[in-house]
Amino acid sequence: MTDREVQRGEVVQAAMSALQRAETSLPAWVLQRIEQAIEVESRPVARHHLQFMLDNVRLAEEGLIPLCQDTGLPIFHVRMGRELKLNFPLGEAVAEGVQAATRRIPLRPNAVHPLTRKNSGDNTGPGMPDMIIDYMDGCSLALTAFPKGAGSENMSFLGMLNPADDPLEFIVKSVAERAANACPPLFLGIGLGGTFDLAARLAKRALLNMNAAATGCAPGDSSGFSEDNEELALLQRINRLGIGPMGLGGDTTALGLKIERAYCHTASLPVAVNFQCWANRSATEVIR
Amino acid sequence: MKEHHLRAPLSLEDVLALSAGDIVFLSGTVFTARDKAHALMRREGCPVSLEGAALYHCGPLIREGRVLSAGPTTSGRLDRYTDEILGLGVRAVIGKGGLPAAPFLGRAVYLAYPGGCGAAAARQLNVLGVHLKELGMAESLWQFEAVEMGPMIVAVDAHGGDLYRDVRESAQKTMAL
Repeated sequence: MTDREVQRGEVVQAAMSALQRAETSLPAWVLQRIEQAIEVESRPVARHHLQFMLDNVRLAEEGLIPLCQDTGLPIFHVRMGRELKLNFPLGEAVAEGVQAATRRIPLRPNAVHPLTRKNSGDNTGPGMPDMIIDYMDGCSLALTAFPKGAGSENMSFLGMLNPADDPLEFIVKSVAERAANACPPLFLGIGLGGTFDLAARLAKRALLNMNAAATGCAPGDSSGFSEDNEELALLQRINRLGIGPMGLGGDTTALGLKIERAYCHTASLPVAVNFQCWANRSATEVIR
Repeated sequence: MKEHHLRAPLSLEDVLALSAGDIVFLSGTVFTARDKAHALMRREGCPVSLEGAALYHCGPLIREGRVLSAGPTTSGRLDRYTDEILGLGVRAVIGKGGLPAAPFLGRAVYLAYPGGCGAAAARQLNVLGVHLKELGMAESLWQFEAVEMGPMIVAVDAHGGDLYRDVRESAQKTMAL
């Protein structure tokens, strides 16, 4: 009997701690990618912007304050051990952690009703927090807070292409039109194939999986993330556009890119791109 | 590329002296406004005078009268109000992502503050007052005292210069190759 029963209070605490760390710091691998970009960036204004971003993260860490005022919507990547026992609704416990984080950090209240625009005041409501759940071996529970700001979500896009279209050209052209508004340099999660909704979810999962591989802080994560040849070619093509940090010109338009694929209907070609701003915030708490 | 240290309210001469690509550090009064404040101002008028004002597209995070995090929001959402806001006398719009250049010709500039840098911006801003408080923390019209707010890039000047357009055109040329 190896089943481990997780207590509700542990989940509330883990959700709150993960959110606090995500809002007030950046993962080391994200900072490294910005530092590497400074070394190769040829435009002085772009270099200054990248340096200012790093300085901003340091100020946030020192003061334990959110690095961006858009503290985002609460998205959680949950990875759950198959031997784990839960005797309470997981979503309610995570929501309680979000409410506590909103008061304590504090977070800006961002969650509103889509029609009345009335603000719940605590960053929760129907559908929020959004949870993406995976299962893994063992009896631990990994909670990754992935707060997502509106600037990058608003510029994300989905196309139901004709199978005769070139999906990579569609992606490059759309990124060129939209990147400036999404706080570049960007991290790009790409969903290729599937259905209308699966493509969008794959795009979000691409960002989560990129992050999970790069941070390696939950059981089963690989240690390190690097783009494969196809991803690298697309990343380089996007960086040749010259859009640069904040859309003001430069060699650094995207810092990372991952593609997730699914088989699609012979008559369909769904393509989705989920933008993430340079502030690729996340933090993981593991309950063992 | 010149560096300017300016104080708001701004005069027409102040903004005519700026060229796209210049760096600005701004002190003095800065008003924030985003989606709901703009919509309300269109319906009911502005509760403060915006003559010479610097208008910051920002929904700040504030606790007990202290600015905790206050970077720019995406200006594109507010494009539909640009003409009337500049008509009220605003001389500088501050934000990220840019706005079309035409309404700025001969009267105002667009200043780009580095997006996502809310913690850094908060150290340059103090709360002087708040209007339209009923709209909530992010949407209220906050009146800030800025101390050397920057570095900001003059992204759209009053003479037709537009860095975003230049970058977009250059990207289009690259894609056509």
